[in-house]
Amino acid sequence: MAHDYETSKKLALKIITILGVITLVEVAFALLGKGYIIDGFHITAWIMGILMIAFSAAKAYLIIYEFMHMKYEVPGLVKSVLLPTFLLVWGIIAFLYEGNDWGNRRDLIENKNDEKRFEQPAETGMIYEIKEIDLY
Amino acid sequence: MATDTLKHTEVDHQNDDGSWDGASEPFKASYGKLMMWYFLLSDAFTFAGFLISYGALRMSSPSWPVPDFVFSTFPGGIHHAPLLFVTLMTFILLASSFTMVRAVQEGHQENKKGVTFWMILTIVGGLGFLGCQAWEWNTLIGGESVSYHTNPFGTHTESGVYLAGDGHDIEEGDTFVPGDSYLIHKHDGEWGNLPYQVTDGPDTGEIKEMEFGPRAFGALFFFITGFHGFHVFSGVIFLIIIMVNVISGLYEERRNGYEMVEKIGLYWHFVDLVWVFVFLVFYLL
Repeated sequence: MAHDYETSKKLALKIITILGVITLVEVAFALLGKGYIIDGFHITAWIMGILMIAFSAAKAYLIIYEFMHMKYEVPGLVKSVLLPTFLLVWGIIAFLYEGNDWGNRRDLIENKNDEKRFEQPAETGMIYEIKEIDLY
Repeated sequence: MATDTLKHTEVDHQNDDGSWDGASEPFKASYGKLMMWYFLLSDAFTFAGFLISYGALRMSSPSWPVPDFVFSTFPGGIHHAPLLFVTLMTFILLASSFTMVRAVQEGHQENKKGVTFWMILTIVGGLGFLGCQAWEWNTLIGGESVSYHTNPFGTHTESGVYLAGDGHDIEEGDTFVPGDSYLIHKHDGEWGNLPYQVTDGPDTGEIKEMEFGPRAFGALFFFITGFHGFHVFSGVIFLIIIMVNVISGLYEERRNGYEMVEKIGLYWHFVDLVWVFVFLVFYLL
């Protein structure tokens, strides 16, 4: 374990500088992409999303591997701690998909409610009592 | 070969160069540090669960408060400074992470004074972060009347023109386009939902009133940042306890030296790590 005091001191300073710079770049991009810095200039939302996630992943790597010394642990320990987090990949995909579906269903029900309101009950000769579902 | 294997089973691994005798460390880490890692892993899953539920609810909502609009105040009466304050908070936490690294390094050098000095700075950083969070919550709850069930931050879905002003940022006759954010102010305990006239789309000419934003926002924000803040708070408590132990000279007597400082260091960096993702999800995306 290369733990020379002076070099590790310099390394810590280097890592914190990189982390600070990444944070500044992140915020600058977030503001630039939404048109705060240059008027009327926007970056597409999904490109922004990918950029932000990439920057955050870089920060997470530096914190875990350098600050938490994961780089200097034996491979078995690294795997046993980091591999389980990959289960979250499916969790994220599944729940975002699910959330999107909730939204679609809500829209659908709302549209159906609107349709019913304008429907003529005379066709069948019966008067329906139209109940509206309160969604929120 | 066959007899060899048989013999091996019979003697119950006695020739396994001591793998089963205990006292060997396949992960080259002490019990305490290893368990800290697994605790942090489980904690990461807890936070991930919260952040994923935030994502799911946000996806299900037709609109969502724009973070640059919601988080744009700064102490000293400064408004319209998007993300400035949370960037400051991030820097405070990052700086305290750096001082923690330095404390651990001084611990390796068995330098009691050095450890104490850097731990004090870390505690100051943690308290600074908590102070910032208290201010942020106070602004949202006291100043902007956000609560866990009411979210006055809305987003317009059509163009229009305001028919009244609210005495803050909006004046009568101001126009807006889809995607513009607004904040419904409370006056003397009454919500001031402004009326406006729609100027495009199927509802042109209709007069409508500002609606509240998705109500899940407040609950998610206060719960997740609160849970993170609670982690910071307990971290500060543990840092203080361990710093007192350092000063008392307890760790000089211990066989594993300043390992407790390393363990609280792992925890503290984890809190910083979680903030990276809270920052991403709440303020950047």
